[in-house]
Amino acid sequence: MISVHLILFLVFGAVAVAGAVNLLAQRHPINSALSLIAVMAALAGEYLLLGAEFVAAVQVIVYAGAVMVLFVFTIMLLNAGVEEHTKGSHVASLFGIPGVLLGSILIAWAVLRNSGTEAVAAGPWINTVSNGRPQDLPGSPETIGPLLFHEFLLPFEITSVLILIAIMGAVVLASKPPSTSSGPAKEAGN
Amino acid sequence: MVPLSYYLVLSGILFACGVTGFLIKRNIISIFMSIELMLNGVNLSFVAFAAHWHALAGQVFVFFVMVVAAAEAAVGLAIIIAVYRTRETLNVDQVNLLKL
Amino acid sequence: MTQNPYLWLIPVLPLAGAAINGFFGQRSSKTAVTTVALAFPGLSFLLALWIALGFSSSAAPYYFNLAHWVRSGSFSADFAFYLDQLSLVMLLVVTGVGFLIHIYSIGYMAEDPGYYRFFSYLNLFMFFMLTLVLANNYLLMFIGWEGVGLASYLLIGFWFTKDSAASAGKKAFIVNRIGDFGFLIGLFLLIQNFKSLDFREVFEGVTKLPANPTTEGLLTAVGILLMVGACGKSAQIPLYVWLPDAMEGPTPVSALIHAATMVTAGVYMVARSHVIFERAPIALTVVAIIGTLTALFAATIGITQTDIKKVLAYSTVSQLGYMFMACGVGAFSAGIFHLMTHAFFKGLLFLAAGSVIHAVGGEQDMRKMGGLRSYIPVTFFTMLIATLAIAGIWPFAGFWSKDEILWKAYQANWVYWLIGLITAFITSFYMFRLVFMTFWGDYRGIQVDKHGQAHAAQGHGGHGHGEPHESPMVMLAPLMILAVLSFIGGFVGYHNLFEHFLAPVFGSTEAAPAAESGGNTELVFQLISVTVAILGAILAWILYVSKPYLPQKISDSLGSFYEAVLNKYYVDELYATLFVKPLVDGSTRILWQGVDRKVIDDSVNEAADGARHVSDNVRQMQSGNLRSYAGWIAAGSALMIAYMIWLGVGR
Repeated sequence: MISVHLILFLVFGAVAVAGAVNLLAQRHPINSALSLIAVMAALAGEYLLLGAEFVAAVQVIVYAGAVMVLFVFTIMLLNAGVEEHTKGSHVASLFGIPGVLLGSILIAWAVLRNSGTEAVAAGPWINTVSNGRPQDLPGSPETIGPLLFHEFLLPFEITSVLILIAIMGAVVLASKPPSTSSGPAKEAGN
Repeated sequence: MVPLSYYLVLSGILFACGVTGFLIKRNIISIFMSIELMLNGVNLSFVAFAAHWHALAGQVFVFFVMVVAAAEAAVGLAIIIAVYRTRETLNVDQVNLLKL
Repeated sequence: MTQNPYLWLIPVLPLAGAAINGFFGQRSSKTAVTTVALAFPGLSFLLALWIALGFSSSAAPYYFNLAHWVRSGSFSADFAFYLDQLSLVMLLVVTGVGFLIHIYSIGYMAEDPGYYRFFSYLNLFMFFMLTLVLANNYLLMFIGWEGVGLASYLLIGFWFTKDSAASAGKKAFIVNRIGDFGFLIGLFLLIQNFKSLDFREVFEGVTKLPANPTTEGLLTAVGILLMVGACGKSAQIPLYVWLPDAMEGPTPVSALIHAATMVTAGVYMVARSHVIFERAPIALTVVAIIGTLTALFAATIGITQTDIKKVLAYSTVSQLGYMFMACGVGAFSAGIFHLMTHAFFKGLLFLAAGSVIHAVGGEQDMRKMGGLRSYIPVTFFTMLIATLAIAGIWPFAGFWSKDEILWKAYQANWVYWLIGLITAFITSFYMFRLVFMTFWGDYRGIQVDKHGQAHAAQGHGGHGHGEPHESPMVMLAPLMILAVLSFIGGFVGYHNLFEHFLAPVFGSTEAAPAAESGGNTELVFQLISVTVAILGAILAWILYVSKPYLPQKISDSLGSFYEAVLNKYYVDELYATLFVKPLVDGSTRILWQGVDRKVIDDSVNEAADGARHVSDNVRQMQSGNLRSYAGWIAAGSALMIAYMIWLGVGR
């Protein structure tokens, strides 16, 4: 049944898939990065369609806005160029690609066989505090927030520790070594 | 309304693209981006299921996945920089000292 | 049936002697070794005498069950001993002659460094032989059977540093083994059909069997198989080839084992199993034919031999043929009678030959002897008595027993009698040939001086005493005792006394009235035998004393036939080509190089190599290449997903 939902889904989906394929096709990593940003934006749209507005916002701000920017920074820092054509691994092409195809086809088959084409049902949402406004999307900050700070408090706090460790690790790993090192490393460090 | 399976198929396609990118790309940063693509695919399927079963826990989980992905990206890129300093190459085929 | 609790001591005492001498003999003094070596067999002999004196035909047979042995389902065999008239005769012969030979060995082996070992083995032999004779079931008898084979091997190869002695020991054991194989299969048949190997049970079972072709077939098979075993042990055709080679052993060994006792084990076994044989006439005929042919065959070879011990060896084979001929025509007691007298005179012959060899300092070739009767008169006299006995001249022991056999053979079939008679002629001839070559004429040997060495051919000898000298008293005394026995030993056959004595064992089928009534016919036959024997002696006299140039002319004119006889009809060579060489070649090429090296060794090596190859290949996976790892992961996960879907997880 054609509906706005479906059309929007298809549009965003096509953009996402196109971006993904473009990521594979591009030889220069910066082009791949830009394609990935496009994919993330399309996915943010998908999330909105599914009623997850907080997640969509976080996706755009954090994922596309911070992580991808970090990627672009690194690409420019390291002056990554067009990919060279080196001798690859036989296994990767021989076993890997067919493996991926096989796996995805199998999953698709399994998924389609079972979940069929029934639509997303309407009904009350679990773990939500409804403030009674029916046009509100279920994934708003008012509903996610209490979850984060009540049921999922422990993972929340642990992820903050994780971020702290990641900061420290990144600083340590990427800093210049204490003694003087050879040419390109010095340049890269600057 | 869009059936759940459509979202799952889209998610699967994105994931497959990510794996394929991992397999065929030689630049380490491109490989990393393929990993991010895989994670995004998985996030989509989480949110789809959350919508399907009316469980907000799915969306919370996506939140955590994003946090972890960010941390991982930071550390991973730092490692790439460190490796680049010593090996002076971003080609993953040339970083193969760990072999028998 | 009465119990006699001392029966088990008779075999076990020599075993104790063997053990003591074996373990402690090396460090003990010669006197100690001698004392132990003589005491235990001596005690056995006294015990046997005591039992003999107290023996009563009505109380016989005596038995004693020492211990349980095998209890397996319905089959049982015990360490049990059994003594009846037959065993008593064998017992006295074995212990008596054995003891005398022990005494003789003190002198003969006096200077041998393996003195204690010799007596240990000799006592061991006595143990096994006595077990064989006193056993009450075939299984225990088989232990004794195998054990005497072992002792024979040990004693033949006593001077094991000598290649020929070691080979002779091996040959004896292996050829015996072939016979034992037949024996074993016969025993298996007995177990299968009678569920027991006990003599009484088997024989009762046999007598109860109905008289139909199946029964006869079974018993014939058993009889022939037992005979195969006897052929091996008692050196009959075709398994006699080990006995002449066994002369490599010391002379007392030849006397005890290869003349008086071990080789007679076959005859004893056949006599003991007479119940089986009597119901299988075909088997009996086989026994008779083998015995007769062997007697003639071996006698012809004996004519040409020049080694004094080899002549006696072939003579033993021939006389054993007589014993089997007797058993084959059903005259079991006659066979045992000859066994007894043979033990006396053949034992004496060997011991005297040892004395002769000792006298001439180790020389065994008769062509290098001669004229010894002035040097060693006692040895000469005793040997002459033994020769008269073996030739079958009245009234010495051999006459009575051999004549008994010939008489009974004639009653069965005149062909047996004729061949036996011809063999008697030949026997007399070659025995007197031996005597004349050794004791008459001029001494043809090497004169040894005080410090020189004569031929130390046997490892015995080389005293360097100068001219031939008489042996010490310790060696002469047994000779004299045996000479007396060779003279009077036959008188127990007078008026069929011996036969009557053994009648409870063999049944009264032999005390046929025809024997008594045939008094005149028997007398004629006796005259014929004696005449034939004397003719043989006269021929020997002509050829070796009065006209010594004749033998050479005769052998030259006979040419290749003589050569064939001289070379024992090339039987050894025939066996070597037919059996030994293919076996050795097959073992080398197929079993050793083929199976052992290629199959077993290579399979182990290939397994190890294969493991290495596999790991070599698996190692390639760890390439350090990120993308190949990713490839493996992708492929693996696809398989896992497929498996889970197949399991029904994706439901």
